[in-house]
Amino acid sequence: MNWQAIRAIYVFEMSRFFRTLMQSFVSPVISTSLYFVVFGAAIGSRIDQVEGVSYGAFIVPGLIMLSVMTQAISNASFGIYFPKFIGTIYELLSAPINFLEIVMGYVGAAATKALFIGVVILGTSALFVDLIIQNPLAMLAFLVLTCLSFSLFGFIIGIWAGNFEQLQLIPLLVITPLVFLGGSFYSISMLPPVWQTISFFNPVVYLVSGFRWSFFGLADVPIGLSLLAILGFTLLCLGVIWWIFKTGWRIRA
Amino acid sequence: MATMVDIKDVTKTYADGFEALKGASLQIEEGEILALLGPNGAGKTTLISTICGITQQSSGTITVGGHDTQSDYRSARALVGLVPQEINLEPFERVMNTVKFSRGLFGKPRNDALLEDILRRLSLWDKRDNRIMELSGGMKRRVLIAKALSHEPQVLFLDEPTAGVDVELRRDMWEIVEGLKASGVTIILTTHYIEEAEAIADRIGVINKGEILLVEAKDALMTRLGQKELRIELQDPIDDMPEALAARGLLLEDGGCVLSYSYDTSQDRTGIASLIREVSEAGLVLRDLQTRQNSLEDIFVGLVTDREDAA
Repeated sequence: MNWQAIRAIYVFEMSRFFRTLMQSFVSPVISTSLYFVVFGAAIGSRIDQVEGVSYGAFIVPGLIMLSVMTQAISNASFGIYFPKFIGTIYELLSAPINFLEIVMGYVGAAATKALFIGVVILGTSALFVDLIIQNPLAMLAFLVLTCLSFSLFGFIIGIWAGNFEQLQLIPLLVITPLVFLGGSFYSISMLPPVWQTISFFNPVVYLVSGFRWSFFGLADVPIGLSLLAILGFTLLCLGVIWWIFKTGWRIRA
Repeated sequence: MATMVDIKDVTKTYADGFEALKGASLQIEEGEILALLGPNGAGKTTLISTICGITQQSSGTITVGGHDTQSDYRSARALVGLVPQEINLEPFERVMNTVKFSRGLFGKPRNDALLEDILRRLSLWDKRDNRIMELSGGMKRRVLIAKALSHEPQVLFLDEPTAGVDVELRRDMWEIVEGLKASGVTIILTTHYIEEAEAIADRIGVINKGEILLVEAKDALMTRLGQKELRIELQDPIDDMPEALAARGLLLEDGGCVLSYSYDTSQDRTGIASLIREVSEAGLVLRDLQTRQNSLEDIFVGLVTDREDAA
């Protein structure tokens, strides 16, 4: 294993993050505050509690998931797309490294950034609502796994994308709707039966549910199923990336 | 000298069916400078990219330092540095950071002294904290070289390193290349500047349409294929070539003021002495004499044109 190479990629990618630290830090704080103003104050005043949890606290896991997923995808996809776009990918392809090392460097950095955002949102949320985390270890595990799996997914998008429009296409048209419709701001049980059934085809439901369970012990789906879903998604993304590097799809001319 | 890079029957066919390499074979000796000449689209960059692992050959084998570039790619690539044709650099990154990144990517531990030495040799030390976008085009090219050298390669590929740079920088680059050779680095240089190959290469390879047409020591090549031209300037212009001289294949040029005679330098007798005598016997008065050696460019154009005519 070429640990020096993994470290080099990781440090290089993180330096991009630190160059825009204010933007990286201030942006999630402001957007989280806005969500609390809109969802917590405006809607929360009409919905007192959801399954015994105050509405403001109930939406915290969903808010964190929404930001973590979008940030993980955007960081990882940009991280690998940018070298493709400006041509510096030649260095990666000609270096004595394998696909796993490249992925560990890029995805590790993207996941770290997403994790940082998640922690910032958690901290900001604590300023607005009283938060109790019943299963901190499970919360951390779900958070880290979500950061990793969606960074892997973002990495695939970054390799697939042929231009900046495509880079934004899946996060905007697929991920954001799935997260909003995945129980981030409501319990699936609040929906009419037919929409409940449809919601269970949304993979994000399993992630948000598992993450919320770690906070309040409440879940729309069994916790084991949530765990299986996120592990399965991680393995699927790893498999796709392995195939990409094996065949050179979209990276080797 | 040992063979550092061994290319055997390498082909590369792209998905659209275009054959960029058609059974290319080439051995590059340790410590030499090989210039690979060819027109645009000849396959120079494809060949380099294939050796470096950026693209994969369709068939054939390549070894670097005895390591197969596919089955033992880690060992092979660890020996290779690449300076690409395009200035591919991250504009917001600082010079030192991008050089450190390259070293780390090749699995080498931190070595600030070495990087300082490389940057000083390339006149980049004062710019080490500058962002790439703040540098001139020439400086950016130097950064590419610094990145390639940062991991101490034994083989350095320079893909048209002086394309689009001014004459002064080109000569600086040549000095850098000479310095690298002196430090034991094997250098493969692609270029379509003939004078570049003439100035710094030990051997010259000519590639066209994916085929390597010729690989030979530069001096031997120029001697073997080099034609010389004798230009005889006459005091008074003539309308017709005297019969005795026409039989020697002389050409009348510049409105009848110049007789042009091509001869092979490798032959024992060039026939110049008898020619001068015959010119005099024909009643022509000489004003001046000039000889001109065929340049590598003439040889290159001749090779490529001959092959195209044969096809």
